[in-house]
Amino acid sequence: MSYAIREALAAFRRTPALTTLSAIMVALALYVVGLFGISAHNIRLVLEQVESRVQVVAYLRDTAPSDAVELALSEIQEFGEVLDAVYVTREEALEQARRELPEFRMIFAELDVNPLPASFEVQLRPGHRDPATVRAVADRIAAYPFVEQVSFGEEWVNRLFLLRRIAGAAALVVGTAFAVVAIIMIGAAIRLSVFARRDEIEIMRLVGATDGFIRRPFLLEGLVTGLLGAGVALGLTYGTYGILIRSEFRIEWLPNLWAGAGLAAGGLLGVIASSVALRRYLREP
Amino acid sequence: MIRFEHVSKEYPRSGLALQDVSFRLRKAEFCFLTGHSGAGKSTILRLIHMAERPTHGEVHVAGYTSSQVRSREIALLRRKLGFVFQDFRLLPNRTAAENVAFALEVTGVRRGATRIRVSKLLAQVGLASKAESYPVELSGGEQQRVAIARALAHSPMVLLADEPTGNLDERAARGILDLFRSINAAGTAIVMATHDLELIRSVPGSRVIELDHGTVAYDSAAGG
Repeated sequence: MSYAIREALAAFRRTPALTTLSAIMVALALYVVGLFGISAHNIRLVLEQVESRVQVVAYLRDTAPSDAVELALSEIQEFGEVLDAVYVTREEALEQARRELPEFRMIFAELDVNPLPASFEVQLRPGHRDPATVRAVADRIAAYPFVEQVSFGEEWVNRLFLLRRIAGAAALVVGTAFAVVAIIMIGAAIRLSVFARRDEIEIMRLVGATDGFIRRPFLLEGLVTGLLGAGVALGLTYGTYGILIRSEFRIEWLPNLWAGAGLAAGGLLGVIASSVALRRYLREP
Repeated sequence: MIRFEHVSKEYPRSGLALQDVSFRLRKAEFCFLTGHSGAGKSTILRLIHMAERPTHGEVHVAGYTSSQVRSREIALLRRKLGFVFQDFRLLPNRTAAENVAFALEVTGVRRGATRIRVSKLLAQVGLASKAESYPVELSGGEQQRVAIARALAHSPMVLLADEPTGNLDERAARGILDLFRSINAAGTAIVMATHDLELIRSVPGSRVIELDHGTVAYDSAAGG
């Protein structure tokens, strides 16, 4: 193995232009994937944030008996789809309205009677915020006899869900396209570097090196080129992120798992590309 | 040591390259393969190091048989053979010593042992003082000497040479031939493909196999 390590490192010394070019090609290919990753991650975060506002509000009749309301609340809290449910009294509703709607301050001040009903505000768990589930939960709550009306912004939930599906499909299609382009570019870069050393491979075979022995330094070189390229791509992506957050964009950096997966993918692609490129030179006896 | 038994080789595009060729090469023999271009000299060399398999017949080399040899065994077989080409085939980004060492390193020989062996080999071909020179800094004759040193790295039983003097001037060619003769005298068989009759005449007592359109037209050891 020491020979393989020595040779893989020597390749960078002997043909610095070629190996640098390969690493740059790998870096650029993965940089595009990195930019896509950071965009996809932030779009997902925004959608999750908007989605977390999905809630079902059940307005209660003034005649609702308090023990039935209490029992219903604890039942609703036990629904599998429900993250949290709170009871908002008429007074709290008025207080909330005064706080959140200051432009109607004058009207609220002149009220003799509180016109607002008590309500249940029900938050749903992530993964249960699609229109069908929201409607099902709303229907179950509406079945309580003391519930006068249930509201969950059906139109809004439908649009949000549609937007999420479009974003998901776009991420899949664009992400796959970028990944395929990256794989092709990395393959071409490594193939170029193997092609440049075909004489070396031929001589190795002539002097009796086994295929495994020939393969090892090339696979290692592919791994190092891939990792190096992925590292540079990560650096470029981070640099772009740095520029964006300084210019008013409020975006998040990639999760560590994604960054790690990017590095690993770079290394793995390098090894696979080397192995594929070598195959044609090792096929003949 | 090397035996061809009714060997034919046919290529899909260019047709028949060898037809019913049989001969046996003995230990430490100096054998010239001669004939015009396309007569089948290089095909015989490729069959010996099993870069090709015969279409018909069998090739036996150092205990390996062409119809049964496995890919890993071909690597082991090649450690018993040495190769020298007309175009030297040295790696341009490695020094003379590194080119010779390469043949040992890629077969797993330790670094210390490699260093000692490389010094001996370069001294044997008269290039001890050029160990650190790159191929581009060497003359054609010197480059061919490095290639010979590399071919001798594994102390081969047979040295295969394909027109080894084809790119050299007369003086350098003579020096290379002398080197081959001394290697042969030390017990290594030589199979040299050439169409240079002068070269053949300068090694009296050598065996000559003349090929014509893929068949043996003449064998000086007839019946061998």
